[in-house]
Amino acid sequence: MRRLVNIRPGPGSRVFLGAAPLALAALAYLVASAARHAENPSDKLLPPLSAMWAAWRRMAMEVDPVTGAVPLVADTLASLARLGLGLGISTGATLVLGLVLGLLPIVRASLGPLVAAIAVIPPIAILPVLFIALGLGETSKVALIVLGITPFMVRDLASQVSAIPEEQRVKAQTLGASTWQIALRLALPQAMPKLIKGLRLSLGPAWVFLIAAEAIASDVGLGYRIFLVRRYLAMDVILPYVAWISLLAVMMDVTLAWISRRFFPWDHAKGAE
Amino acid sequence: MSDPILSLRDVWVEYGDKIVLEKVSLDIAPGSFVSIVGPSGAGKSTFLRLIIGQEAPTRGHILLDGAPLTPEPGPERGVVFQRYSVFPHLTAIDNVAFGLDCAGSMFLGRLYGRRRKAALEEAGHMLEKVGLAHSRDVYPAQLSGGMQQRLAIAQALVRKPRILLLDEPFGALDPGIRLDMHGLIDELWREHGLTILMVTHDIKEAFKLGDRVLAFDKRRHDPHAPHRFGSSAVYDFPLTGKNRRPPAEILALASREPVVA
Repeated sequence: MRRLVNIRPGPGSRVFLGAAPLALAALAYLVASAARHAENPSDKLLPPLSAMWAAWRRMAMEVDPVTGAVPLVADTLASLARLGLGLGISTGATLVLGLVLGLLPIVRASLGPLVAAIAVIPPIAILPVLFIALGLGETSKVALIVLGITPFMVRDLASQVSAIPEEQRVKAQTLGASTWQIALRLALPQAMPKLIKGLRLSLGPAWVFLIAAEAIASDVGLGYRIFLVRRYLAMDVILPYVAWISLLAVMMDVTLAWISRRFFPWDHAKGAE
Repeated sequence: MSDPILSLRDVWVEYGDKIVLEKVSLDIAPGSFVSIVGPSGAGKSTFLRLIIGQEAPTRGHILLDGAPLTPEPGPERGVVFQRYSVFPHLTAIDNVAFGLDCAGSMFLGRLYGRRRKAALEEAGHMLEKVGLAHSRDVYPAQLSGGMQQRLAIAQALVRKPRILLLDEPFGALDPGIRLDMHGLIDELWREHGLTILMVTHDIKEAFKLGDRVLAFDKRRHDPHAPHRFGSSAVYDFPLTGKNRRPPAEILALASREPVVA
């Protein structure tokens, strides 16, 4: 009898093993939903697929007469604009701060403790501060995302940059590189794939902060919508919205992974080491 | 003998009350190939770090071509480390062209147009010399250890350094590959009239390649406070074509237990 730790699934059974739990979960949902509806046809907690499809059509394909827009489209555009702006600002700030913190000991000595102090503040706890200081508009929502993910990303990138072997920094100097040239030709290109990795890890928290901000003060957005229809126990709207949000998150992650492989192949072809 | 290219005058290196190097005074003649051996912890690496400029002496002076050495790495001293010498994000040819880019373009750090073409041509010649002409567009991770060291040598030579410093350059290579590399470095040394300082663990390698061997060790030893005495060059052998056999005292030095500080 072979040991359990030595049994590896082949490619075919790997697909089956991966799909089985998902299929089982879906099946369990359908069975439970059907059972509840047999007992109470107006049950709202576990809507059947037909009800979710009807809600999806209403939200995603029909124009809302009050606002004159398709709710799902308006919500998605509003949320993605906030998320994109927040992620863009965070990424730009991270690139600059991470590079100087990782590369220049003098900056690390002066700004490192500040970044570390900011990083321990739970971002949601300062959401009221943001609302008071910046108002209830778009700025405070974007600011929450930026404050929520930037400290982690900066610290991650700074540690990655300072982990570039000293040999490489010395070698660059023996080839005549100045501080600026080391930053531009050595640290920046090696930081880019690490930055993308940090951004991918920060996508989850960024969505959390976006939805939290939208749930509290907003009039459009994916988070706003699911918290709005919660008042009517509208699970038939909430569940498709959650699925849609997950799909958006996965697509962003896959796109970033593709960008990293496409533009920084040397970071992925680690055969020799 | 012509003026020394590198002189150390009564150089000491101390970390707190620990003395690593004491009273090192040396002259290195231009065109020489100096091998540096010694047991672990005898300050070979510290000596090399001094010359690279990663460290400054606590006392004493280091002169390069008669002028005091700035304690910072610079293009007049090329270096090849045992590992991590090449840039993983650049192809072989760009790794070699890096030095030319830095020299020719202060703000962009990269040459364009005709000047880039000239730089690539020069880098290409360098790659050819180390036998990597066929791997010019390959990333270092796809090269074997020996090929990466060849690349590191080409990269270091493109700025035509006054001195080439080698820090156990072949230590991580298989014996067969190491032999090839000995041939390569010997050829480059003769062909370009390089001045080379090589730190190595391998006594045979030191005596085979060098035309002078320095052995670092502590002159004095206090068993109760081993850190209170530093090392210096205790043996200094000029080698000619005939005497290539390591003397007994050097072999004894190599087989000794490392000094625990």
